[in-house]
Amino acid sequence: MDFGFLSEYWSFFTRGAWLTLQLSFFGVLFGTILGIGFALMRISKIGILRFIASVYIEIIRGTPMLVQIFIIYYGLTNFGINFSPFMSGIIALTINSAAYMAEVFRAGINAIDKGQNEAARSLGMSHAMSLRYIVLPQAFRNMLPAIGNEFIVIIKDSSLVSTIGIAELMYNARTVASKTFIPFEPLIAAAAVYFVMTFILSRLLGLLERKLSAQ
Amino acid sequence: MIHVQDLRKSYGKHEILKGINADISKGEVIVVIGPSGSGKSTFLRCLNRLEEPTSGELRFENQLITGKQRDLNHIRQRMGMVFQQFNLFPHMTVLQNVTLAPRKLKKLGKEQADAQALSLLASVGLADKRDAYPASLSGGQKQRIAIARALAMQPSVMLFDEPTSALDPEMVGEVLDVMKKLAAQGMTMVIVTHEMGFAREVGDRVLFMDEGRIIEEGTPQEVFDHPKEPRTKLFLSKVLK
Repeated sequence: MDFGFLSEYWSFFTRGAWLTLQLSFFGVLFGTILGIGFALMRISKIGILRFIASVYIEIIRGTPMLVQIFIIYYGLTNFGINFSPFMSGIIALTINSAAYMAEVFRAGINAIDKGQNEAARSLGMSHAMSLRYIVLPQAFRNMLPAIGNEFIVIIKDSSLVSTIGIAELMYNARTVASKTFIPFEPLIAAAAVYFVMTFILSRLLGLLERKLSAQ
Repeated sequence: MIHVQDLRKSYGKHEILKGINADISKGEVIVVIGPSGSGKSTFLRCLNRLEEPTSGELRFENQLITGKQRDLNHIRQRMGMVFQQFNLFPHMTVLQNVTLAPRKLKKLGKEQADAQALSLLASVGLADKRDAYPASLSGGQKQRIAIARALAMQPSVMLFDEPTSALDPEMVGEVLDVMKKLAAQGMTMVIVTHEMGFAREVGDRVLFMDEGRIIEEGTPQEVFDHPKEPRTKLFLSKVLK
């Protein structure tokens, strides 16, 4: 293998990785916020909210992300809605991670003993306060491994948005391959960069987990 | 202080409470006894509406608290509750457990809430555990903290749902002692328990429940020494050996 091309094209990989990180960061951030919302809807007492959340989660999980990306970027132009590639990428990653996060949060919230909520309510706290101060902090701790898993999935899945022309890591690797007529090594380089990102992330989450469980 | 009229509670077709009537006066210690499945815990949990009554009327300090209730949270602030399983918040220290509700609901400052909590912890004999997490405490200690946590909201009534049933025998005494002290201070208390000796010693009035009804009520002497109802006699003959 010859990685000599890197001396000339390394910046394609760093710029691509930076964009991948941005996409993943926003996807995870908005996905988490929306995911908590959908999780709360799924455990709500109000039937219509539960129904909406279930339909959303089933549809998003039951359709390929690549199709979703194309619908958002190409399909929506039919209705006069034009998102930039970057925006489309973030939207696709967000709606996906929201669906998976919702299930993680729902399971995490359900795993907390009902007595915790009852104790909070018996003190006079509202449902929202009980969630915020009692249920979610405990659920979050239990869910950390699953959340970390989801972060890693998002980083990897963000490579799919290369298909709508976002110059993230995967897109740039292929650009380098076509410029240099080297088909193989640029992909290995991209894989290595993805691996470094997910590996560091999983180590950081492991540290956080240990720190929380030490309490 | 608490007025209960024809309180009923059903799960599906199964009726747990079949019309409960009771009046609880200020400063009174009511002990509810009865076989398991008699509905005594459900009755207690209906009083602060952790269980939603199916029908009937509840009044607390002359305020109707059944039906659509907007300030249920305010009412609960004045009704402390202690659970069989303690339900301390495991992600918080003892001090945080006790101060959380006063700080968030009564908007007490940290120093004021801490001072109040420390005096409560001292009164249950656990001031030295202020920075401990619940996982490091024994069952008896947890329950005493849970009592302090409920008292921190300065409730006008305390509800106890089998507070010693999950404890090892050697820890029952320390929790009952705290409850006796509280009763002696004039706290209004409703206690569901299997501790007959305690019921007799501390109760002003004993309610015997069976199959969703109050079968017999009276002073501890009346109920324990001269029960009138056959079911009360049968129950007492089983538990007072």
